[in-house]
Order: sequence, then C-alpha cells, then structure tokens
Amino acid sequence: MKIAVCIKRVPDMETRFRIAASGTAVDEAGLKYDLSDFDGYAVETALQLNEKQGPGETVVISLGPDVVQEQLRKALSMGAERAVQLKADRVPTDGLSIARALAAELKDGGYDLIFFGRQAVDSANATVGPMVAEMLGLPCATAVSSLDISSGRGTARRDLEGAAEIVDFALPAVVTIDEGMPRARYPSLKGIMAAKKKPLEVRAAQLGDESLTLEKMELPPERAAGRIVGEGPGAVAELVRLLHTEAKVL
Amino acid sequence: MANTFAFAESRGGALRRVAFETVSAARALADASGGGEVHAMLAGAPGVASLAAELGKYGADVVLVVEHAGLANTNVEALAATASARIKAGGYRAAIFSASAQGRDLAPRVAAQLGVSMAADVTSLELAGDAIVVKHPAYAGKVIATLKLTGSPAIVTLRPGARAAVEAAKDARIETVQPAVDPAASKLVVKEMVVGGGAKLDIGDAPVIVSGGRGLKSAENFKLVEDLAAAFGNAAVGATRAVTDDGWRPHSDQIGQTGRQVSPELYVALGISGAIQHIAGMRNSRTIVAINKDKEAPIFKVADYGIVGDVIEILPVLTAAVKEARAKG
Ligand SMILES: Cc1cc2nc3c(=O)[nH]c(=O)nc-3n(C[C@H](O)[C@H](O)[C@H](O)COP(=O)(O)OP(=O)(O)OC[C@H]3O[C@@H](n4cnc5c(N)ncnc54)[C@H](O)[C@@H]3O)c2cc1C
Ligand SMILES: Nc1ncnc2c1ncn2[C@@H]1O[C@H](COP(=O)(O)O)[C@@H](O)[C@H]1O
Repeated sequence: MKIAVCIKRVPDMETRFRIAASGTAVDEAGLKYDLSDFDGYAVETALQLNEKQGPGETVVISLGPDVVQEQLRKALSMGAERAVQLKADRVPTDGLSIARALAAELKDGGYDLIFFGRQAVDSANATVGPMVAEMLGLPCATAVSSLDISSGRGTARRDLEGAAEIVDFALPAVVTIDEGMPRARYPSLKGIMAAKKKPLEVRAAQLGDESLTLEKMELPPERAAGRIVGEGPGAVAELVRLLHTEAKVL
Repeated sequence: MANTFAFAESRGGALRRVAFETVSAARALADASGGGEVHAMLAGAPGVASLAAELGKYGADVVLVVEHAGLANTNVEALAATASARIKAGGYRAAIFSASAQGRDLAPRVAAQLGVSMAADVTSLELAGDAIVVKHPAYAGKVIATLKLTGSPAIVTLRPGARAAVEAAKDARIETVQPAVDPAASKLVVKEMVVGGGAKLDIGDAPVIVSGGRGLKSAENFKLVEDLAAAFGNAAVGATRAVTDDGWRPHSDQIGQTGRQVSPELYVALGISGAIQHIAGMRNSRTIVAINKDKEAPIFKVADYGIVGDVIEILPVLTAAVKEARAKG
C-alpha cells in the first residue's frame, strides 16, 4: 500500500519551558526536538502494515523550516522510503492553514492511507487530520487505538468517554493515530546509514491566510506549595481531618 | 447582537453533561454581544426531541432538532454536513462544540467544510471587538496560549469541565432540521458501540476521583482503589497510562494529556509518580492528595496534602477513616 504519514517536529515535553522575550513563543534555547509522539506511532503503524502486507511505500511529510529535515531523516531511518518537506518559514498557528498545504500535497499522491497523529503534543489541537480528510473528501477515523486493514477496507476502534466505537470504512482513507497503537521503533545503525541516500524532496508550502493567531503565551499559575502530612498509615487521621476542616471536601 | 450556535451532544438518547456546558458558554457569549439568541443543535434517533426542554434550562432560545434513524449511533459525516449547512445559513457569529471525543471528531470537519479556522480545547472564550479570544492549554498543559480568531463564524471546542454550566431558564422553541445529507450514505460507519463502566459515575462527572498508578502493583490491587471510591460515595476511579497500557484498567479510565482532562473537587493520586503528561489532565483539580512511597515523587509538587508511604498498606486505613468521617456527616 502507498501510505503517507504527516509528521511534526516538536520539543521534548519533559522540558521546563520558559516563555521567550516576544511573549508569543517558548524560549527555544536548549530544547531537544523529536517527532511528535503520536506521529511516531503513525510512522510505526505504516511501516508494520507495509512489512506485513507488502509491497508498499511509506512517504513522510513535514511542513516547516529546514530543521524539520531532521525529523524526516529520522522517519527515513526507521524505514520510510521517501520524504517531503513543505517548506515554510515557520509552522502556522492556524491548523486550517497547515491542513490546506498538506491537502494540496496529498491530493494527487494516490495514497491508500494517510496517517496523522491524534494530536501534535505541542499544539494539542487534534484538528489537522480531520480537516485534511474533509478537503480531500476521504473517510476519516480519528483517534484510533486499534486498526485493522484488509481487502481495501479498514476497521478501527475509537475510545470515547466510558465507551468505544468500532468504525468501518473503505480505502483510501485518513486515520489519526492514538494511544494503543505501536510505539515508534528506534532507528538501527543500518537504517540511519540507508536514510542518508533516500530521497527528500523540498517544495514550497502552499499556506493560505491565517485567521487564528497567537496573541500570548504564558506559564500557568503554579499551584501553592502543598505539604506532607506525615508518613505511613499513622498519617491518615490527620489527612482526613484536613480534608474535612480545611479543604472541606469530606 | 449576534446569534450563537451550540452543539448539544447526546449519546444513546441522553444528553451528555458537555451539552449543557456548550449551551451555557454560547449563552454567555450571546449575552456579551448584546443579547443574541442561542441555537442549540440536538441530533439523534427519533424521540431525541424530548430532550429539547432541558437545553432551554441552560439558555437555549431555539433547539434545532435533527431526528433520523441513521443518527442512532454517532454519524459524524451526517452531523458535520448538517451542522455546517445550518451554521452557514444561520449567520452565526460563533459555533461552540465540546472538546469531547465526539466534538473533537466533529468540529474540525465543520470548520473545513465552512473554510474557517477554529480554536481547539479552549478553557475560556470572550468577545474582543470583532474577534473572539480564547485560552488554550498547549505543550502538555505547561503553557497557556491566548489565541485570537478573526474569521466568522468562529468555531471552538470547549474543554469538558473547564466552564461549569449555568442555568438560565428559557422556553426553548423547537425547530426541526433535516439532515443535510443522507445519513445512510456515510463513508465511515459505526458498526458497534462498546459501552463500558456500567452505571458507575463517569470520571467527567464525579466530584471525587481516586486514581491509581503503577505503584498499585497489580490489577487485583485496584480493588483497594474501588473500595476507597465506594467509601467516598461520589467518586470515580481513574488511572495513569502505565496502568491502562498494562491492561489493569480500561483505556477510557486514563487521565492526562491524552486521557481525560478532569477538574474534580478532590483528586486522590495513589502510587502515581506525577509525570507531566498525567499532571496535564488533573492539575486543575481543586484539592489534590498524593500517596507515594517516594518523598521526591513529582506528584507531591502539585499535591495539597501528601502522605509518604506504602499505598497498599495505607489504603485500607484511609478507606475506613473516610467511611467513618462520612458516617459522622
Ligand atoms: C505522548 C505521551 C502521552 C502520555 N499521556 C499520558 C496520559 O494521558 N496519562 C498518563 O497518566 N500518562 C501519560 N503518559 C505517560 C507518562 O509519561 C508516565 O509514564 C505515566 O503517567 C506514569 O504512570 P505511573 O505514575 O502510574 O507510573 P510510574 O511513573 O512508574 O510511577 C509509579 C509511582 O508509584 C510509586 N510507588 C511504587 N510502589 C509504591 C507503593 N507500594 N506505595 C506507594 N507508592 C508506590 C513510585 O514511587 C512511583 O512514583 C504519556 C506519555 C507520552 C509520551
Ligand atoms: N507542521 C506539520 N507538518 C506535518 N504534519 C503536521 C504538522 N502539524 C500537524 N501535523 C499533523 O497533524 C496532526 C495533528 O496536529 P494538531 O491538529 O496540530 O494537533 C499531527 O499529529 C501531525 O500528524
């Protein structure tokens, strides 16, 4: 199958973020970057599908400045065959604008499946995937935690609050990948060497206007420091007293 | 003065709490704009119209009822087409969906069909001149972004629980709306609904959440967590990803960045380290209690009260003490 995976470069979330002097971005100094977690699962899912059901091709696409080539190379070293950078000075805040550019690239690609992460871990929007599907007129299963593809059809599980849906659709289709799907493999040394020779095309991103703009970024208010009530079962009585008299939740 | 659209989510013939939240948020926005109307869309199998009056209680002036046998299960394509057509025809200033699993699936499709931008998972929204300004937690909840939507209509999804529903009694008029496309023609079909959790309180509704992590050591030990929840009487059980990954609890119990985002009055974290992705889902709880054997565990940094110790040993004592406190009243 021909599978496209849209991947985003994001900073490591374990960082203690600081806000840049502009007030509209995080300070990039010292940040480490990787593929967004769910995008990594999406690459893995695509590779496994093609390994099991081959022959096929996995194409990875990332929109952004030249630094995104790092993440594209990583996906190539995991096993993707080909990469495309949709070049832009910066990644827009507006998901619709990102979706337009990705849809323009994907439109005539002849893909059987187009994968996205359920959400990018930095923007946390979960909008780009279903928007692209809508623009391409394709069926779209969002936030799937298991996926089965056979004879031109897909079946997926979507977890809801306290329930789940099993959905069925025909290919070509868009799927956004959630928890439950396989974690990204580590590139092997051989994979890293091979990736250097794999094609990485660069094209200008066709971004439209943006009508969602970033005004400000700030750190959330810190919670007031709490206290350790005590150690072991002996501290329970004091905890329950505090929950009753101070926090008034009992 | 502009009218505001709200999508009122239902499942299995019952309104979900988030339906009242979106209607209530739309009411506040309409009032702030000088008193436009709130139009709430309610879709489902025939009979769903009987729920319309409940939406009036939270400030809907008009309930747009879409009844069709093909909407008994979620039919996201039919809902997106119908909502888009109505939003376009209605000239609304804003359309508010929930950032629930269904809303997150639906709203981006509507935005794309209308060709307008949207803001996702917002914790607040307000009018600022011609624009709508929202707050949106990003970077695993470590950063709060203020975003401005200048397009019209502005589409937003509202984080469940971020904004309590407020009653504002209206005698809602009912308007019947036909599906904009044939629900039977959808390319994506829900074949089966798997309903879990039974009659127990949902994590999103519970005033108290007792949540277990890997420190519980086994699926069997979650019995101790359930006992504590039962002692509170108004509690639901949550879990970390470590726990849902190991299959000790269903995925739908997961709290955090990619699980449910909750803000109960009391959150009890049991044997949970406090990874940033977990904290992203519970840091807005009013009171947080943590029990962990490691006094350096990051969970203690967000907890109001902590006990250092073995959770397996402490839980039965805590359950008994909570029972006793509640019996006293
Ligand atoms: C993209 C991404 C998304 C994620 N989303 C989520 C999410 O939504 N929700 C989530 O929870 N996680 C999420 N995670 C995972 C998260 O990073 C952590 O791995 C996870 O929260 C850890 O769970 P835990 O606290 O149960 O386990 P651990 O980190 O293993 O902690 C166990 C804790 O139990 C304590 N302990 C052990 N034995 C005892 C005992 N007998 N008594 C008392 N304490 C004891 C230990 O001291 C330790 O602090 C995500 C990760 C990624 C990469
Ligand atoms: N700049 C980008 N380049 C490629 N894919 C992207 C980009 N931004 C978002 N995506 C894809 O869209 C998904 C959802 O992103 P978001 O809607 O921002 O949460 C991500 O997991 C990626 O698969």
